[in-house]
Amino acid sequence: MTVTRRDFFKISGAVGAGLALSSLGVDLQTAKAYAQELKKIDKMKTAKQSTSICAYCGVGCGLLCSTDSKTNKIINIEGDPDHPINEGALCAKGAATFQFTAANPDRLKKVLYRAPGSDKWQEKSWDWALSEIAKRVKATRDATFIEKNAKGQVVNRTDAIAHIGSAALDNEELWPLQAAMRALGLVYIEHQARI
Amino acid sequence: MTNHWIDLRNSDCILVMGSNVASNHPIAMKWIQKAKDKGTKLISVDPRFTQTSARADIYASLRSGTDIPFLGGMIKYLLDNDKIEKDYVVNYTNASFIVGDKFDFADGLFSGYDPEKRSYDKSLWAFVKDDKGLVAKDPTLENPKCVYQLLKKHYSRYDIDLVSSITGTPKEDLLKVWETYAQTSSKDKAGTILYAMGWTQHTVGVQNIRTMAIIQLLLGNMGVAGGGVNALRGESNVQGSTDQALLFHILPGYLRMPSADLATLEDYKKAITPKTADPMSANWWQNGPKYAVSLLKSFWGEKATAENDFGYGWLPKLDVGQNCSWLNLFDDMYNGKIKGFFAWGQNPACSSANAHKVRQALGKLDWLVNINIFDNETGSFWKGPGMDPKSIKTEVFMLPCAASVEKEGSISNSGRWAQWRYKAGNAPGMAKPDGDILADLFVKIRDLYKKGGKHPEPILNLKWDYVDKKGHFDPHLVAKEINGYFLKDIKIGDKEYKKGDLVPGFALLQADGSTSSGNWLYCQSYNADGNNMARRKKDDPTGLGLYPQWAWAWPVNRRILYNRASVDLNGQPNNPARPVVKWVDGKWVGDVPDGPWPPMADKEKGKLPFIMKPDGVASIFGPGLNDGPFPEHYEPLECPVPSNALSKQFINPTIKIFKGEKDQHLTCDPRFPFVGTTYRVTEHWQTGLMTRWQPWLIEAEPQMFVEMSEELAQLRGIKNGEKVKVSSVRGEVEAVAMVTTRFKPFKIGDITVHEVGMPWCFGWITPKDGGESVNLLTPNVGDPNTMIPESKAFMVNVTKIEGGSKNV
Repeated sequence: MTVTRRDFFKISGAVGAGLALSSLGVDLQTAKAYAQELKKIDKMKTAKQSTSICAYCGVGCGLLCSTDSKTNKIINIEGDPDHPINEGALCAKGAATFQFTAANPDRLKKVLYRAPGSDKWQEKSWDWALSEIAKRVKATRDATFIEKNAKGQVVNRTDAIAHIGSAALDNEELWPLQAAMRALGLVYIEHQARI
Repeated sequence: MTNHWIDLRNSDCILVMGSNVASNHPIAMKWIQKAKDKGTKLISVDPRFTQTSARADIYASLRSGTDIPFLGGMIKYLLDNDKIEKDYVVNYTNASFIVGDKFDFADGLFSGYDPEKRSYDKSLWAFVKDDKGLVAKDPTLENPKCVYQLLKKHYSRYDIDLVSSITGTPKEDLLKVWETYAQTSSKDKAGTILYAMGWTQHTVGVQNIRTMAIIQLLLGNMGVAGGGVNALRGESNVQGSTDQALLFHILPGYLRMPSADLATLEDYKKAITPKTADPMSANWWQNGPKYAVSLLKSFWGEKATAENDFGYGWLPKLDVGQNCSWLNLFDDMYNGKIKGFFAWGQNPACSSANAHKVRQALGKLDWLVNINIFDNETGSFWKGPGMDPKSIKTEVFMLPCAASVEKEGSISNSGRWAQWRYKAGNAPGMAKPDGDILADLFVKIRDLYKKGGKHPEPILNLKWDYVDKKGHFDPHLVAKEINGYFLKDIKIGDKEYKKGDLVPGFALLQADGSTSSGNWLYCQSYNADGNNMARRKKDDPTGLGLYPQWAWAWPVNRRILYNRASVDLNGQPNNPARPVVKWVDGKWVGDVPDGPWPPMADKEKGKLPFIMKPDGVASIFGPGLNDGPFPEHYEPLECPVPSNALSKQFINPTIKIFKGEKDQHLTCDPRFPFVGTTYRVTEHWQTGLMTRWQPWLIEAEPQMFVEMSEELAQLRGIKNGEKVKVSSVRGEVEAVAMVTTRFKPFKIGDITVHEVGMPWCFGWITPKDGGESVNLLTPNVGDPNTMIPESKAFMVNVTKIEGGSKNV
């Protein structure tokens, strides 16, 4: 990626502000930020950019994500100045988006299983977990499936499996999600919109 | 939102009530500030002086749960002072409709109430119709049985002294708000309302919004630039997840969920097709069968045929009256009826009202699948406070998923803009996009059913071809399916479409199985023009900030809903300075109009503007709601006053009251003397499950607090920064006391009422000593229409923790 004139001014502006403050000896954090900004410039020389939309509230602010071309790691996320709603601005949460990426050491990275009565997690493979979940779904569904209700009307459902979620997924995930759950016969399907 | 974020700049008066936009939708303030710069008045009505209030021209306080008296008083003010847009009210609303003789209202109850069932016989609220089925009307609005006169009578009781004595708002503040907002009755002025959970989370939630909708109609503020009824959605895609029907009562595109009495597709089609005798009504939902059949074709693909009712029988059916909404779901789980549970991108152990009951319920499951990007209180409930893992038999699968920037797809913002986002990097470790997890899981389930099982047809027949050649979930394939395809060569009018072509827009969807569409509302989002949701052109031909080539808005890229209500009968804008649509030389220019028909002056082809209503007009009288056709004040289930000053009916007579051991509630009880309410802070999101793991954000907002007035702090001997206990009959949380002037005691008649507020973004899992979820305190009681819980008004006590360390 080439740093555009606007990007350059944005970065150099931040650097300038940091210098001015740290030279007065007021704020060490700013000096650290200055160092980080320098590194950012180096990194951004090899970064590719992509646009996204903020994952938090319903305003739908645009994000500009920078990804290091060599490592394919996200190295920076900021407001998209071309986006007509936020015009580059972000709130505290949106501006911190980088902190929920892979850079956050607390992200869930493993498939975990907790057995009945156990007080700990066990690490598992995707194949094992999804196979076991599939078996549970089938066993519960088959044991509780209602073909006809008390009035003798055909209902073809199970009331013993419920699903909630999620307003955090993409439309393209949500549509097949509701389709799959309904194909299984679930009617207890809910999510954040109800609360 | 009927309008959208940038449109706030077009408003002349912005009422923020039931939301705190500055804290919770901060970037929206950019557009509110743009409006203010040109003289727009910003009004903030809130129990607490919020960040929005700090920016407002007028601030008025009110006790939580008294929005209907506040707004009912405004309706009385508008009618008494004739501050209404008369032409609009007569032509575009049901104000002139004559209501039948069986309708009545006395002492808080509408006619038709059955105390045993706690419900109304709504047939008593029907309009008078002639033998052709046309509603009787009186355009002079003088008939005492017309909606306008009934409205006037209903709100004549909401006089300012009484209102003030219920809401605790000083009279001069009430008047200031009413007078200021009433100025938008002029045709060249637009007023808008911004609300959020501050209105929905009440046992009168829907009626809170209805009251304001009535005001917006009286003032002619619907369909215009700078107007509308605007729900500020709190999650980035809660609009989309609602559109795609992750809710028990609907199918994608707001088609109703089939019930057991609708045995065949024919029954279903009949039930979803509203009738009207009025030739001026477009009655858009008469197209429902086209959308339903196209949806079934997307569900089952080639397996759906005319002979098998397009697979209608494979959809599960609700029993008549069966309500599987959130509070009932967890009640059934608590009572052991639900054995398996998917919590997908959710944290009900903290987000659900009466969260302790939810946490207990999770322990009664056989299995729980928790899918998230961070550990949360739901997946790890078995090791939470007060839990004994040994005695909890629930198997838990915790699956790591990709974050928003680690996958590709669209989300729909509050203004209905579906916007595309791209993958910027890989998810860490084993984490996978939710789409891949779902695709793989369903294939595994299907493989099991290939070998047999109960009623395998819907599982085996579900169209499930959404992965690319490498086996990865492909969002483009789903986006196209949601848009819909022509399934055979077809000629419509003089245009020919080939099998496999994407349908250009929902007007071309068919009821004969020749088209598919996963969601008719999104038909046009991804068609021959490409992925319209990914568009980034910033032309603004109207100058109103509609940006019609930026992303894509449902329906059919319309940016302001009901926009034909912004013009007169000849199609000319009521406000020529801000035309949304305009009839010029035989066609509409501006925003995409609400239908192609000519203006209403054309008596043959013209159509009424509110096309989703069978009558074609907006409902000032709303006979479809469970708790009455006009909003009426009832106290919250838990409240600080011994009676309802407006009637003998204390609480909403139609709410469901759960009666189990965990469903406690107490009203007017000296042990819990203060009103409690909940809210968010800018730095955290929802239960905090995403934000509490982020050092930058947790440094800014590190722990649970309770905000209270100086007067209450003095009463309880609490100093700012001290640790206190906040309790309700359902539970207790520890919090740091935040003593501020932002809360003031309310004078409610002769009594002083204190209110406290708490954020709901904390939970035991992280940060250490950050505090617990405030939902341990909130009651599991819901609105009778939506079942959204009453998390905004409940009763608590606050006491100092003796020996608790000062912690600021």
